[in-house]
Amino acid sequence: MKIGVREKEEARKVKETSLWKDALYRLMRNRMAVIGGVIVIALCLAAIFAALIAPYSYDESNFWDNYAKPGGKYLLGADFMGRDLLSRIIYGTRVSLSVGLMGATVSFVIGIIYGLIAGYAGGKMDNYMMRLVDIAYGIPTLLLIILLMVYFKSTFASIEPGTLAGVLSSIDNAFGGMFFIFIGIGLTSWLGMARLARGMTLSLKEKEFIESARAMGASNLRIIFHHILPNIIGPCIISQTLTIPSYILYEAFLSFIGLGVNPPTPSWGMMISEGYQGMRSYPHLVLFPALALSITMFAFNFLGDGLRDALDPHMKL
Amino acid sequence: MFAYIIRRIFWAVIILLILSLITFTLMHTIPGGPFDREKKLPKTIMANLEAYYHLDEPFWKQYLNYLGGIIRFDLGPSFSSRSRTVNDIIRQQAPISAQLGLFAFFIAVALGIPLGILAALKQNTAIDYTCMWLAILGVSLPNMALGPFLMWIFALKLDWFPIARWGGISHMILPAITLGTAYSAIIARLTRASMLQVVREDYIRTARAKGLSERIVMLHHALKNALIPVTTVLGPIFAIIITGSMIVEQIFAIPGIGKYFVTSVTNRDYPVIMGITLFFGAVIVMANLVVDITYGFLDPRIRYE
Repeated sequence: MKIGVREKEEARKVKETSLWKDALYRLMRNRMAVIGGVIVIALCLAAIFAALIAPYSYDESNFWDNYAKPGGKYLLGADFMGRDLLSRIIYGTRVSLSVGLMGATVSFVIGIIYGLIAGYAGGKMDNYMMRLVDIAYGIPTLLLIILLMVYFKSTFASIEPGTLAGVLSSIDNAFGGMFFIFIGIGLTSWLGMARLARGMTLSLKEKEFIESARAMGASNLRIIFHHILPNIIGPCIISQTLTIPSYILYEAFLSFIGLGVNPPTPSWGMMISEGYQGMRSYPHLVLFPALALSITMFAFNFLGDGLRDALDPHMKL
Repeated sequence: MFAYIIRRIFWAVIILLILSLITFTLMHTIPGGPFDREKKLPKTIMANLEAYYHLDEPFWKQYLNYLGGIIRFDLGPSFSSRSRTVNDIIRQQAPISAQLGLFAFFIAVALGIPLGILAALKQNTAIDYTCMWLAILGVSLPNMALGPFLMWIFALKLDWFPIARWGGISHMILPAITLGTAYSAIIARLTRASMLQVVREDYIRTARAKGLSERIVMLHHALKNALIPVTTVLGPIFAIIITGSMIVEQIFAIPGIGKYFVTSVTNRDYPVIMGITLFFGAVIVMANLVVDITYGFLDPRIRYE
């Protein structure tokens, strides 16, 4: 009898660890996902160590070398101001990845708090809050983000110290114009996260351990942050990482139409928009940044796809 | 069904109202007026101009004016191009975008659905993997990268198509492919997934059991049902293709509404930004509305949510 219990115990242990091991195994078997993962790691390293890898600084311009062809002094050529294209692309990784990461973080925080409150409050409050999310879903994100960026870029362009606008714009300048992109993405992209967090909170709050916590006199805040949040945060993080490529794309889009980073901060979207009119004579100015953007998107999408398949084999889309 | 349609229309109107309120509020709280110049205009002229454009009235009254304008399809004047109103701009440039968008949409559907069916029928074979690999490739290629790639290969190196600008069909092909590719990939993946789900249903087994040929089972029984979920994404895709044309129009120098929108953003031409935003918003909301109603017809369960 005793042996039986111990065996059961052991079987349970094996099963518990094997969920993640199994997922990892499935992920490693997916060759494209592994390649994607390796590229993502390489991109992260390039972003962190940009200053060491890049042969030049991103804003160092040599006017005699403008529109230099690839090869020779500049491996990928130089742009219209004689700035090394390779260095700008490497620094551009930094912009893309930080927007991907920060956009994901801001919308994650907003979404999860909103979802927790709605799900935990329940009833009428939940109903109203989720109706609002439904309506917001109907409004096209791209338009909203453009409007917000026009608003931010025009309203907070002041350099007067002391005022709110002055403070915000100096923060934005310190980030090379990325700060408002973080906010813009965060304010428009939290809806999916809110729905997910709310759904999980709703099902969790009926569980016995929440009831026992309440019986022991835990406050609502304590229940939300100590008992519910730790249980829902894992799946939420995973689902949020899948949205990172779309934020990278938003940044490229905004910088392309002139609402993104401030020059001379290098962004792939901005580099493409600076170069496409000279396609006929200097195609390298467009093609290399476009290639960098495409490879990044491939890597993230293949990795994300593999991750989803590995964690949830039934959901294979 | 009637109540369902009414409910949908009601929510579509609410969404448009909220979009108009957000747009109007944001664009009106930006400091600086449209008549601010380096050299200040005399006070009386300023006052006259403001009175003419109703800028001296309280905020809510201006908003109601604007709403009234929208209902009468009058989106007001443009600040940067004096001779044209926002209406003129939309009337002249939207048809070009619509042509391009329709062509791209056609490409997306004509490529995506067959690819998805093929992948599902040959599940877990090399064909399936290749199709799905291509689909992720397609989703990953952003417009602003695919456009220059296609332009470089097919217009500059091979010289098959004109490099840019707007003219006949030949001008339309590269931008339409650029615009449609990503959505054909999304449609292909969705069609495959939905096909695979339907194939496992009991009624498919019944159809097979009663001796129908595999061809008829697939085309008549499986495909029809599998396409229902696909229609739900077609609406948003249709709308996104039309609004997503901003970058493609910019790169291929196509004088459509997307290109003008980007120009007006650069010029900070607020009435045009507002007008085109609302126009895009209306197109998208309408497309969603049509899809919702169609879906209600196709799948009766959805009406009683």
